[in-house]
Amino acid sequence: MSDMIRYQRCTPCGHVWYFVRSFCPKCGTREPQALEASGDGVVHAVTIVERAPTPDMKALAPYTLVMVDAAEGFRLMAHGTPGLAIDDRVSGSVVELAGHPIPFFKRA
Amino acid sequence: MSWITGVGLLPFGRHEGKNTIDLMSEAATLALDDAGLKRGDIDGVLTGYATTMPHIMLATVFCEHFGLSPAYAHGLQVGGATGFAMAMLAHELVAAGRLKNVLVVAGENRLSAPGGRDKIVETLAQVGHPVHEVPLGPTIPAYYGLVANRYMHEHGVSEADLAELAVLMRSNAATHPGAQFRELITIADVLASKPIARPLKLLDCCATADGAAAFVVSRERTGEAAIRIIAAGQAHTHQHISEAPSLTEFGARLSMDRAIAACGRKLATTDADYLAIYDSFTITLVILLEELGLAPRGQSCRMAREGYFSRTGTKPLNTHGGLMSYGHCGVAGALAHLVETQLQMTGRAGNRQVADAGLAFLHGDGGVMSSHVSLIMERQA
Repeated sequence: MSDMIRYQRCTPCGHVWYFVRSFCPKCGTREPQALEASGDGVVHAVTIVERAPTPDMKALAPYTLVMVDAAEGFRLMAHGTPGLAIDDRVSGSVVELAGHPIPFFKRA
Repeated sequence: MSWITGVGLLPFGRHEGKNTIDLMSEAATLALDDAGLKRGDIDGVLTGYATTMPHIMLATVFCEHFGLSPAYAHGLQVGGATGFAMAMLAHELVAAGRLKNVLVVAGENRLSAPGGRDKIVETLAQVGHPVHEVPLGPTIPAYYGLVANRYMHEHGVSEADLAELAVLMRSNAATHPGAQFRELITIADVLASKPIARPLKLLDCCATADGAAAFVVSRERTGEAAIRIIAAGQAHTHQHISEAPSLTEFGARLSMDRAIAACGRKLATTDADYLAIYDSFTITLVILLEELGLAPRGQSCRMAREGYFSRTGTKPLNTHGGLMSYGHCGVAGALAHLVETQLQMTGRAGNRQVADAGLAFLHGDGGVMSSHVSLIMERQA
């Protein structure tokens, strides 16, 4: 199973963001557009979690967490393939991990 | 004008069988004794939160147990910035003439409570976004691991460089009998310690502890101590690292600039005789020192290595050992920084005493470099 990463955009002011809201956090306009992202992005930061917080996640550790700058102009936290580094061009989608829909990126 | 008239700090580490309220009571007793005040003198009480006792009225619970019936009391929550935020609020309330003696107190049995370290790691990870972050399995060290990775990339800092701050905090803690970890460590020890969230390793991280700290902020001096809070400031730029405006520039400078503006004098952080800076991780301390103008970007580790921030150096820093080595029990973690500052400024730091601490700059952050609070303390001549 794989799905597109989603984000939001404010029609009047053009602001784009990732955390779902019913209004634009910049100008307050209601009913922002809900859009599907291309999945293209660039790695902004990486950490490898060796010490996981929950029993579910301990089963997956170590795992790679990344901050990705999406081509559409928003930033998100995601899982990624081992070995990703800052400035890598990546491609991502939403996959299921430990029962949750999780954005996942691999090198493009 | 406000005075820090009394301070109290417990040893951090394991206090088996004691709960949050027990620990808070012990620290409060020390602070009242130090200030020479009685319970009836306290007309304001500020507490933080306790992860091991998530009560919705912690301040009132504490007051009832300790035997206080103040005119003003409540809890306050800004994560790691809570301690200095309480100090700021106490200062503002006292300076405004609203209250005479405010007891600021925090404590937590974070290490010995059921679940111990595992429980606290899971609980603290919840500062992440419940939909867009927490399900990914990050931890507090992971959020800071992301920040560290980016900061190191932009400013040419290495893991060995970061380790300098852990070594410094440990060498400070080695001289304090109350510190949780007192055995000296080397750069190699830090590099070889267990990876937690790369690039951060165990010895880059603060230590989970039981403990408590308290102090009294007063309108009038009550004894010999003549230490004032002269100004305070805050800045809040984001909560979640995903929404941070930047992973390398945060709100510390803005917060400190507001504190300096509030004091109405042309001060700079480089005027400090003593520094108390939040050190939840090596990277936290590095970024805060550099953002506060105490070191050029990318240079704080080198300066630490050269002794600039050592007890006998130009800018003594966290001489009790900080969160990394004195220990971290939540809200009281930063209060320990303030207690140590007051001890240094009153010349009561014993074998840790710095040459002359007339002016001190304090800074704390909460969340993931999200909420910032700055304090400036001065000794009355």
